[in-house]
Amino acid sequence: MTTQAVGRQYGPAAIEDDARRFLSLTLTLATTDFKLRYFGSALGYLWSLMRPLMLFGVLYVVFTQVFSLGKGVPHYPVYLLTGIILWTFFVETTSNNVQSLVVREGLLRKMRFPRLVIPLSVALVALFNLGMNMIAVVVFALANGVYPHWSWLEMPVLIVLLGFLAVGVGMLLSALYVRYRDIQPIWDVVSQALFYASPVIYTAFQYKTLKHVAMFNPIGAILTQMHYSWVGGGTIVRDGHAYPYVVHDAATTAGGAVFLLVPLAIILGLFCLGLWFFTREAPRIAENL
Amino acid sequence: MTTTTETSPEAPGRPTPGSAPPAISVAHVSKAFRLPHQRYHTLKERALHPLRSSSYDLLQAVDDVTVEITRGEFFGIVGRNGSGKSTLLKCLAGIYRIDEGELTIYGRLSPFIELGVGFNMDLTARDNVLINAIMLGLSRKQARERFDAIIAFAELEGFLDLKLKNYSSGMLVRLAFSVAIQVDAEILLIDEVLAVGDASFQQKCFDEFERLKASGRTIVFVTHDMSAVERFCDRAMLIEHGKMLEIGEPGHVARRYREINFGRLVHEPAEPGRPDGGVTASAAQIVGAWFESADGARIRAAAHGEPVVACLEVEFREALENPVFGFTLRNDVGATVFATSTAFSELRTGRFSAGETAVIRMTFENWLTASHYSLTPSVARAEAGGEVLDVQKDLAELTVHGWHFTGAVTNLPHAFEVSAQ
Repeated sequence: MTTQAVGRQYGPAAIEDDARRFLSLTLTLATTDFKLRYFGSALGYLWSLMRPLMLFGVLYVVFTQVFSLGKGVPHYPVYLLTGIILWTFFVETTSNNVQSLVVREGLLRKMRFPRLVIPLSVALVALFNLGMNMIAVVVFALANGVYPHWSWLEMPVLIVLLGFLAVGVGMLLSALYVRYRDIQPIWDVVSQALFYASPVIYTAFQYKTLKHVAMFNPIGAILTQMHYSWVGGGTIVRDGHAYPYVVHDAATTAGGAVFLLVPLAIILGLFCLGLWFFTREAPRIAENL
Repeated sequence: MTTTTETSPEAPGRPTPGSAPPAISVAHVSKAFRLPHQRYHTLKERALHPLRSSSYDLLQAVDDVTVEITRGEFFGIVGRNGSGKSTLLKCLAGIYRIDEGELTIYGRLSPFIELGVGFNMDLTARDNVLINAIMLGLSRKQARERFDAIIAFAELEGFLDLKLKNYSSGMLVRLAFSVAIQVDAEILLIDEVLAVGDASFQQKCFDEFERLKASGRTIVFVTHDMSAVERFCDRAMLIEHGKMLEIGEPGHVARRYREINFGRLVHEPAEPGRPDGGVTASAAQIVGAWFESADGARIRAAAHGEPVVACLEVEFREALENPVFGFTLRNDVGATVFATSTAFSELRTGRFSAGETAVIRMTFENWLTASHYSLTPSVARAEAGGEVLDVQKDLAELTVHGWHFTGAVTNLPHAFEVSAQ
């Protein structure tokens, strides 16, 4: 017989010492959510692949034929689709996290478990969707004449960085929402503004002289580097002529690798802030709901 | 306020605090909730009224509770709605953080306090069992291994691929309970588990709890169902306004609960089963009722098939000749399953003078099925349709244990004979 817990500090926490339970709970909550999303539809999981492909078709037509935002950008469709799916991952993680604790009130009030499981499971669902979307983008990229390259290996690292940013903001928002219910409309507006302020549907070069500043935005830096890792440099064959092109990486765009410390610091800072705030609030989340 | 523990008269055969290792030790635990006068749910309100936010009411949900729960004990926490009993359970479960005091848990604690936590109505029973088992602390592998046992216990083999929203509430409880008992916890905390389900399911739960208890598990159980407390618990405590009012033998605690709950005068009954007053002075008054076994020991539970004696004590205020004593047994749904009186047997009960008391014993073969029964005794004058002098509704209670669940009211002694012609 072991003494499980003693004293006043006994109670719920953000992270508890049972790592196996933490992981299996996060995974179970996330897979259940993912399962429910397409449950009952005739095509089931096929939708998770079909939906992005169909969405990309629409976006491609709108942004290359109607608005010519991508003029002069090599492999703009790939840039656009990558930007859209990464943004979707970010906004899904953060927006779904706003109400995540309140929605799971039943669990929080009836069961003891590490509270951090909830924001992480929300992020994991978004990550599953990102994985599905990524498959669709690879199909699009190959169709667009982009060939596999070693630089593709950078992408998981970039996604991890974006994940840290999204989880950090997600932890902050979910814990704040328990206290202040107006986080929801605020984040709706802020995330919309952030979408248009970040080079998602256009590239960082459209900031022109301010493109160094655009790299201070972690999302801008990640998307720019993503574009580089997709296509790097090469040639485009058009009308029988080969046109060489160069895509700048984030460091070049920012005017030096040292400037990339700014977006990295923002990611780290927001993550630590989110973790600190969530950990501080965790013991009292159940009673404040 | 200091609360004293372990002052209860201990029933024989029950674990006494101190004689066994503790499972949960609670020392001067308090928990308060802040209820702001003005709820600050928006940033604007907070910004506009930065000073007012400091005013709030303190709701003392648990107030300086001290108790030690022994290993292998079935412990009941009872109280009215809003008395703080569920808050205390949530503190024990580690869902709420306590404000003051010391809380020590010896052993692995079940992480949930309610059955069916995390059930999703849109998923099938198959999915839900696996998800629920993992949430309650099993690994994926363990959950799959125990899947068949869970379904077999719930007796839901035919409904595995049905979505939970199409389940009846009884089926849901069966499923939830079956998963919950698979959890590898040494201490189980349960909030109002037996409020749902029929008598035979309750009996099955009870048998399962007995099995868990026999294997050394500790069960802490919150309810406002006094009959469940009296049937199942070894010890119970009564909470009111966050304070512990009573701790000890369940029958005793249940009586205190009834006194508080029905707003009656708080006085200590001299005898178990003593009526709570409120009867106008009449020629005869019932002063007590209880059940005995054949050898004369007072009992609250009996096994099916054993003879049981229903006893009634009457005090006479006037001289009476051949008064009629009646006994009515009702089951847990309030149906009368047996009624008799001395008049049916044309029994001449004798002559009683004022101030005299008499005990009337009625022995019967217990062919009742497993359930919870209550005894309503009565006294009436001798003449046909005589004036009823006193009736005390549900004065004594008896739990019958049995192993067959037929859904019937009785289980008569019987024999089969099959002969091929």
